[in-house]
Amino acid sequence: MIRRQFLLSATAALVIAFPAFAADTVKVGLVLPMSGPFSQYGQQMQNGIKLFMKEHGDVVAGKKIEFIIKDDGGIAPDRARRAVQDLIVRDKVDVLVGFTFTASALAAAPLAKEADKAMIVLNATSSGITAANPYMIRIGQTLPQITEPAGHYAGAQGYKTIYTVVADITAGHDAEAAFTRGLKAAGGEVAGTLRVPAQNPDFAPFVQRIKDGKPDAVFTWLPPGEATINFIKEFNQRGLSAENIVMLGTGDLTDELTIEQTGEAGIGVVTTGHYSMAHKSPKNQAFVKAYLAEFPNDKWPNFMSVSAYDGMAALYRGLEKTGGNASGPALVAALKGEKFESPRGPIEIDAKTRDIVQTVYVRKVERVDGTLANVEFQEFPASRDSASH
Amino acid sequence: MASNILGILFDGLAYGSLLFLIGVGLSITMGLMNFINLAHGTFAMAGGYISASLSQRSGLPFLATLPVAFVGAGLFGLVAERLLFRRLYKAPHLDQVLFTFGFVLSSIAAAHYFFGAGQQMGVMPSFLQGQIRVYGIDLGRYRLLLIACVGLITLALHLILSKTRFGAQVRAAVDNQDAAAGLGINVGLIFSLCFALGTGLAGLGGALGIEVLGLDPGFPLKYMVYFLLVVVVGGAGTIRGPLIAAMILGVFDVAGKYYVPQAGAFIIYVLMIVLLLAFPTGLGGKRA
Repeated sequence: MIRRQFLLSATAALVIAFPAFAADTVKVGLVLPMSGPFSQYGQQMQNGIKLFMKEHGDVVAGKKIEFIIKDDGGIAPDRARRAVQDLIVRDKVDVLVGFTFTASALAAAPLAKEADKAMIVLNATSSGITAANPYMIRIGQTLPQITEPAGHYAGAQGYKTIYTVVADITAGHDAEAAFTRGLKAAGGEVAGTLRVPAQNPDFAPFVQRIKDGKPDAVFTWLPPGEATINFIKEFNQRGLSAENIVMLGTGDLTDELTIEQTGEAGIGVVTTGHYSMAHKSPKNQAFVKAYLAEFPNDKWPNFMSVSAYDGMAALYRGLEKTGGNASGPALVAALKGEKFESPRGPIEIDAKTRDIVQTVYVRKVERVDGTLANVEFQEFPASRDSASH
Repeated sequence: MASNILGILFDGLAYGSLLFLIGVGLSITMGLMNFINLAHGTFAMAGGYISASLSQRSGLPFLATLPVAFVGAGLFGLVAERLLFRRLYKAPHLDQVLFTFGFVLSSIAAAHYFFGAGQQMGVMPSFLQGQIRVYGIDLGRYRLLLIACVGLITLALHLILSKTRFGAQVRAAVDNQDAAAGLGINVGLIFSLCFALGTGLAGLGGALGIEVLGLDPGFPLKYMVYFLLVVVVGGAGTIRGPLIAAMILGVFDVAGKYYVPQAGAFIIYVLMIVLLLAFPTGLGGKRA
């Protein structure tokens, strides 16, 4: 009896408190991998968001921003879907932010669409996923967007024979196709393709095969982590770098988080990507400095941290334009065509596709001040994902 | 062309050596002791983290961290056996599977808590990097080390199990626990030591494998299939069986990936099926 009374009064208190509460807050549901093998990404995104909040405060257009974090555990669309359902139905969030993997974003899209919630996608990288929800914008990158410039770059270098080596999964096939497309546009051709198992403890046979084929350059896409580290090391150990075979890849290959672990082997790898910690702009230098000061244990702000930081920037800009209206249709209408400066460089949200438009940089791994850095030396401004148009 | 084939053969033997190194300990805990131990990877991971931490933080040379990884993982195994594993020796196999799998999941969470989700760096000395040319074949130095370690470990295990008093006691305890105990052999102690040896070898394998396999909290699950493959195909309970199995699997896997890369991922499993059809108790197996 006592318990029931307590429940009743607690519910009453909630009901009374809630309307006032809801009026001046915007609740943001964050769906990030906070556990499992990709939790480092989740941590970095959270750090990017914390840094933005510290710099810009938690009030925008008269609304207080509040967060509810849900862990989607990595590549687990079922968990992402459940998390989003919880966020919408029980927590009554206004906006959804996060989504590291395509499968999670696509699993969440129908729910968000039905509830008229805006989704700000921080990373999921497959082509065209914004079509799944009219209130979805993507702020991170798409894999073809950052891969095609690698093809253009390779074509312009006049390499005679070029091989591609990709993991035998959808992302690998997409990267292979985008690179080939870029290369063809630049008048080049792929001489040999190799698709390797995504889970592969030993790259020796594949690297040996490349070595015996004596190409001028090799384009690689592998799942970031031990595969990329191992491949770069093996490439170097077998003397392919010494024979001047150039290793090309996308930013994932030389992500700030993992490149240090390849040691000297990583030096000279050329990649195309949208963010380098070494990007030379005042905005980025300030970002990196503030990030390292705020999170001394996380030494590597990378594209995940920047994407989260920009995701918050987009949300703030949108809310300012709508005067605090966080409904999906209003927010997304306000953000279409929005351009602003990110630590990575100038970015834009495409008015038609709601997808990210940004500069893709060609970078080379060099040792700068004792650590390995992706040093940018060429730009492909206003790059889009040509596969989704 | 000939040097090409020899090169592939060498790489295959080196890969086989790696498979053997991470799997041989399991042949002892699972084979000799008839205990279904899915937690093998946990002890391999422990050895790996010991080696990586020592070389990164204390600046100990990589080779010097190997004995520490062996002893450290062995001690961890000994404590775990005394406190936990020994309670399940008489339990049904399903209980053993469930318990050791739970142990793996806890260890992944623990590693995550203490070391973070990131990949650990192995610090290889320069004399283990690159290749040396012998009669026109390029041999990886690190791979030579793997092959040498396999030779040493096989020899040491053979001597321990067949020439020492301890080895005789192990064999007696494995064949008939009651009779062995009746003869005054302390079976509990023998099993503890056996378990420590198996887990120590796992730790050594984990430390030696960092350079190729990497090391993150997901290690025990990611490579579980490979540990089991070597022991199942080789026949649990022997040293010779897993050695032959690892070498065959290694050579065919590397050759397959080199010559028919499209089928690369499947060859090792096809081979497993064929070998198990031909030798249902394993290549060196004496009991089902």
